[in-house]
Amino acid sequence: MSKVALVVDDSMVIRKMVTMALKAMSFEVLDAPDGRRALEVAKGQNLALVITDLNMPVMTGLEFIHEFRADADHKFTPILFLTTETDEAMRNEARSAGATAWIVKPFHPDKLIAVIQKLGI
Amino acid sequence: MGEIHIDLDGLLDTFFEEAEEHLNTFETGLLELEATPEDHEVIGRIFRAAHSIKGASGTFGLGDITSFTHALETVLDRLRAREIAYSADVARALLASVDVLRGLVRAAREGATAPPEAVPVRALLEQFYRTAAAPKGETVAQPAISLQVGRKVRVRFAPKPDFMCRGMDPLAILRDVADCGEVESRTVDASAVPSLDDLDPESFYLSFVLVMRTERTDAEIAEAFAFVDDLCTFAIEAENDEAPQELIEPDAPVVGAAAGDARSAPTTFPKDGASPPKDAKTPAAASTIRVATEKVDKLLDLVSEIVIAQAMIVDATRAPGPDAETRLNDALQALDRHTRELQERVMSIRMVPLASVFGRLPRMVRDLAGTIGKKVQLVVEGEGTEIDKSMVEQLADPLTHLVRNAIDHGLEFPEQRAEQGKPAEGTVRIRAFHQGGNVVIEVGDDGKGLDSKQIRAKAERLGLVSPDEVLTDEQIHEFIFHAGFSTAAKVSDVSGRGVGMDVVKRNVEALKGSLSLSTEMGHGTQVRLRLPLTLAIVDGLAVRVGAQTFVVPLLSVLESFRPTPSQVRAVLGASEVIDIRGTSVPVIRLHELLDEPNAERDPSRALLCIVEANGTSLALLVDDVIGQAQFVVKSLEVNYRKVPSLMGATILGDGRVAMIIDVQSLARTDHRSRALATDSEVLIPVSEVA
Repeated sequence: MSKVALVVDDSMVIRKMVTMALKAMSFEVLDAPDGRRALEVAKGQNLALVITDLNMPVMTGLEFIHEFRADADHKFTPILFLTTETDEAMRNEARSAGATAWIVKPFHPDKLIAVIQKLGI
Repeated sequence: MGEIHIDLDGLLDTFFEEAEEHLNTFETGLLELEATPEDHEVIGRIFRAAHSIKGASGTFGLGDITSFTHALETVLDRLRAREIAYSADVARALLASVDVLRGLVRAAREGATAPPEAVPVRALLEQFYRTAAAPKGETVAQPAISLQVGRKVRVRFAPKPDFMCRGMDPLAILRDVADCGEVESRTVDASAVPSLDDLDPESFYLSFVLVMRTERTDAEIAEAFAFVDDLCTFAIEAENDEAPQELIEPDAPVVGAAAGDARSAPTTFPKDGASPPKDAKTPAAASTIRVATEKVDKLLDLVSEIVIAQAMIVDATRAPGPDAETRLNDALQALDRHTRELQERVMSIRMVPLASVFGRLPRMVRDLAGTIGKKVQLVVEGEGTEIDKSMVEQLADPLTHLVRNAIDHGLEFPEQRAEQGKPAEGTVRIRAFHQGGNVVIEVGDDGKGLDSKQIRAKAERLGLVSPDEVLTDEQIHEFIFHAGFSTAAKVSDVSGRGVGMDVVKRNVEALKGSLSLSTEMGHGTQVRLRLPLTLAIVDGLAVRVGAQTFVVPLLSVLESFRPTPSQVRAVLGASEVIDIRGTSVPVIRLHELLDEPNAERDPSRALLCIVEANGTSLALLVDDVIGQAQFVVKSLEVNYRKVPSLMGATILGDGRVAMIIDVQSLARTDHRSRALATDSEVLIPVSEVA
């Protein structure tokens, strides 16, 4: 059975691009345009990886990471977040909320693949 | 895992499409911000829009867009953090940024050069945050760079051969262009004029190049070509002083941005002689439709159902048995149901909300109100109403013009309004909704309304009506749809350009729609557009006339019956009418109009089909009514040529071709002076003598 990943981003382009990369790595991909929807999609799923943007409408990435981690099913799911914020503060906040790693936008999907491979997911 | 490489090219279209959505969000947000400058939620939304464009553009290596959005995002970030105060200057710069970004996105999409405004606008943005970063207590300097510097542009204008036949005056257009600035040189290219033998005196062969200095934007100059964009090719390009003078090849299409999108379309002309994009119309977002995956999945489901139904039919016909007929009927019913649903769903994919057209209006209203000094509140309702995608794009021009008209001619100036006890701020209300199989769009204002006396006087002066003819107010108001009719005492540079309501009406009718007007002196005017949901399929009544079958759009059919011999009577020798419940309805003998010799000529042995369009009823004489069905409309213009009184053709179940009657154009033709056609191609001779 293939591993399932969840992509959360309000930008369709980014969702598609990340999905392309993940599918190339034989992931099965679920996606959501904001944190709230992502929580619904994630419910009951055995996720191997979550990739989320931080700056989103309805529910931000940070709020999403908090709530996602609070679910016992997702305690150890690796979370990669995408950010263009270069400031350390945002990054630290995301990490303390439970994110595993980050990738700075803009990025080429090849780089995303490299990061995922490096994390050994 | 081995080397995986991802190719991004396929995603570019998605990016462009999404960027456009973000820009619309951005623009709408900016306009909201004007009303509520402190609204954090709104600032957050526009920041996100800029942010998303920046993030994705970087991935695609679109450096121009990334660096511009970076400057923009920085300003917005400071605005969010209240480090920059919101001011009229900031607002102006942000709105200018939307235009620049649109230009940049378009440039990236078409491989054209970046809009020239990008540099000054970006410098302006940067100045905002640089000044904001200055130590507190220092006065914040007003940015010194103006958005538009007097620049040199070259405007190329090549009317198509039928330009003048369509009632347009190339000189008027050139004058409008020349009014945009100081003309330095004018060039006429007469190389396309053929030898006298080949010369068609009604065709237009010249093209023009104006080199001028202007402070207007490309979009503003392009306004001169509004309403003629499909009748000419034009291009506005930054003039490089040392660039060689090159003339337009009249045969080679010159790049032109469609006027509807002109505001956001800095036009460029390939400098290196590379072939211009094939489609002279703006291709923006026209090429793709975004469809929810579920919709596509449902289509697949339906197709498989149809395949099953088909298999059932084959089975029922191959294996006869006692229940074969029942099985066949069941299968046919299922097939019918699924086919209809499939059709509906496929059509629904083409439906898009009107919001995409309405979205452009607030900005236009804001700019226009500011220019002419009126206070305008724009109220938009029903922007979620869906209509066929191909129609949405063609609605932009007429709607823009109607709204301009309402503001320019309808609404009074604040002082005048105050005198009449009206609120200083005028209201323009746009409302869209579905009604039956139609979409209705209303554009109304609470301005001064139409002055019947003034219109009548003008109509008499123009010889459209004689002074002693008795006309109702409605009939008088109809004159404003007459070509070349403008009630403004002085043609303003805003909406009066000699082309006006007549063009709006023509555009709407080209979409098989109709237009009606209601007005009350002192209280305002409302124009109502009624449009079909789609142009592709029509619910129709098939009728027989002699050996031919015709289709009458069902929406216009009121009733059909066989008249008694005494019911139909001749009037003034030439025409016939039938009295229906006290009203005289003109009878139109379809067999004469359509030159069908084998038809029944005696009404009392045939049928009259009463149809209605634009408030006019007509009785069509037909041999028989066959039944109602849905017909796929095939364009005559594409496959043959435009034929008055026919809206298209369709293919019947037995493979024959049937013509679809255009009731509106029949109703429009003055029935009093309807003459009989002798040539089958001239269906309704235009021989109107008022």
